[in-house]
Amino acid sequence: MESTILRTEDFNASFGTTHVLKNLNIKIQRKKITAIMGPSGCGKSTFIRCINRMHELNSNATTKGKIYLDGQNIYEQNPTILRRKIGMVFQNPNPFNTMSIYQNVLAGYTLNSYKLTRTKKDEIVEESLKNAALWDEVKNTLHKKGTFLSGGQQQRLCIARSLAMKPEIILLDEPTSALDPISTSKIEELLYGLKRIYTIIIVTHNIQQAGRISDYTAFFYLGELTEMDETKTIFTNPKNIQTQNYITGRFG
Amino acid sequence: MFLTLLVSSLPSIKALGWKFIYGKTWDPVSGEFGALSFLIGTLLTSTLALLISSPFSLTIGLFLGEYYPKGWFSSLLKNAVELLAGIPSVVYGFWGIYFIVPVVRSLEMKVGVAPYGVGILTASLILSIMIIPYSASLIRLVVSMVPESLKEAAYSLGATRFEVIRFIIIPYIRSGLSAGILLALGRALGETMAVTMLIGNTQAIPKSIFDTSDTMASVIANQFTEATGNVYFSALIETGLLLFVVTTIINIIGRNIIKRFES
Repeated sequence: MESTILRTEDFNASFGTTHVLKNLNIKIQRKKITAIMGPSGCGKSTFIRCINRMHELNSNATTKGKIYLDGQNIYEQNPTILRRKIGMVFQNPNPFNTMSIYQNVLAGYTLNSYKLTRTKKDEIVEESLKNAALWDEVKNTLHKKGTFLSGGQQQRLCIARSLAMKPEIILLDEPTSALDPISTSKIEELLYGLKRIYTIIIVTHNIQQAGRISDYTAFFYLGELTEMDETKTIFTNPKNIQTQNYITGRFG
Repeated sequence: MFLTLLVSSLPSIKALGWKFIYGKTWDPVSGEFGALSFLIGTLLTSTLALLISSPFSLTIGLFLGEYYPKGWFSSLLKNAVELLAGIPSVVYGFWGIYFIVPVVRSLEMKVGVAPYGVGILTASLILSIMIIPYSASLIRLVVSMVPESLKEAAYSLGATRFEVIRFIIIPYIRSGLSAGILLALGRALGETMAVTMLIGNTQAIPKSIFDTSDTMASVIANQFTEATGNVYFSALIETGLLLFVVTTIINIIGRNIIKRFES
């Protein structure tokens, strides 16, 4: 298998007249964690929302250029099918409050009107919750509402929900910025374990977090990719002065 | 108000007792006053109106709340629907006589029942139009309050717009939905003028929806001025009391449903 799972080619994105992403050329490695860093407003979130075409929900969003997933241009695919292949976890935990924990994990299947047998369902729920390191905490309360869980548990439930669809890539948009340090470290551990199976792209404001868990780090500044390299290199020997300033905490 | 109604209905309560509620005949000449047929007529027209109007108000609410919250067509539709609430009910009655009665009459001829044109179905049809604004605007409001984050989560799992509406928005707004429908029901129960003009005003228990009938509100409006005798007059007031009680009970049930959904 090719080691690059996703690459962009002169990719641009704008909202109305605001040019958010400029000529992005980036390669994402398979089964690695890629962290995307940069000051606020640099286009990090927009970039990952372009990967699963969520930005299209905003009616004045436009894009130019190409993004290839396994060699196929995602802008030539059906967005709903694409989104099943690319999971997403948001900044604030958003489990479906009308559904139980069990139903939340299976939400991807229900939402796409998939029919599953009872045993298959149980299997998916157990496997996904185990992968999200939540199984032991909720196995006796599977049929309670997901909103009774703590913030960190809710976020792991959201991770389980996207894992249940067996995606190729998981996008995380600052998944721990609304959580306490203990929940944060749990999620970091969990992500570290998940890269055996999944490709992970994580947007983070937290420089230490990027340093702790990622294999590659991309630094965005004002909508451009300033620098991208192995995390070790970026942190010890950044080539770009802006990257260096950001990492050492001089701005951002 | 409840007390005034109660005091004024005392003569008929004394004279008729429970027979007022289960009595089938309403015959002022022989002094028999049974309101059962009005009770049935009222509940039947309102329920039928609700059944007819709910799909429309839900569609309008979803369209304005989720599909096209902005744009000229939406504001046109929104204003048009709100305008419906402002039309006097006697105008609805007239419009019904000229437009709905002929339609129902030709339908009745096709079905093979007596083609009166007026009756329960006709009254329900006009009622269903009259109550759309109430439920539609409430549904629109609750639809637009569904958190963006939930919709995003659903979209990110590969749901289409229809699936988001079906699996996320509708379950989320269930309580608002029932509130809207109950608000409309309350309105339908008490509606007088348009119904009086279209229901046929027959004091008998209806056998089908094509039959003419009478509702509590319309019997009061029709016979109030011609009520001779103490018991007759008081029986009409007791009808008002009954309407009051029924509406209150339905409201209480409704509130309980909403409370259960909220918890």
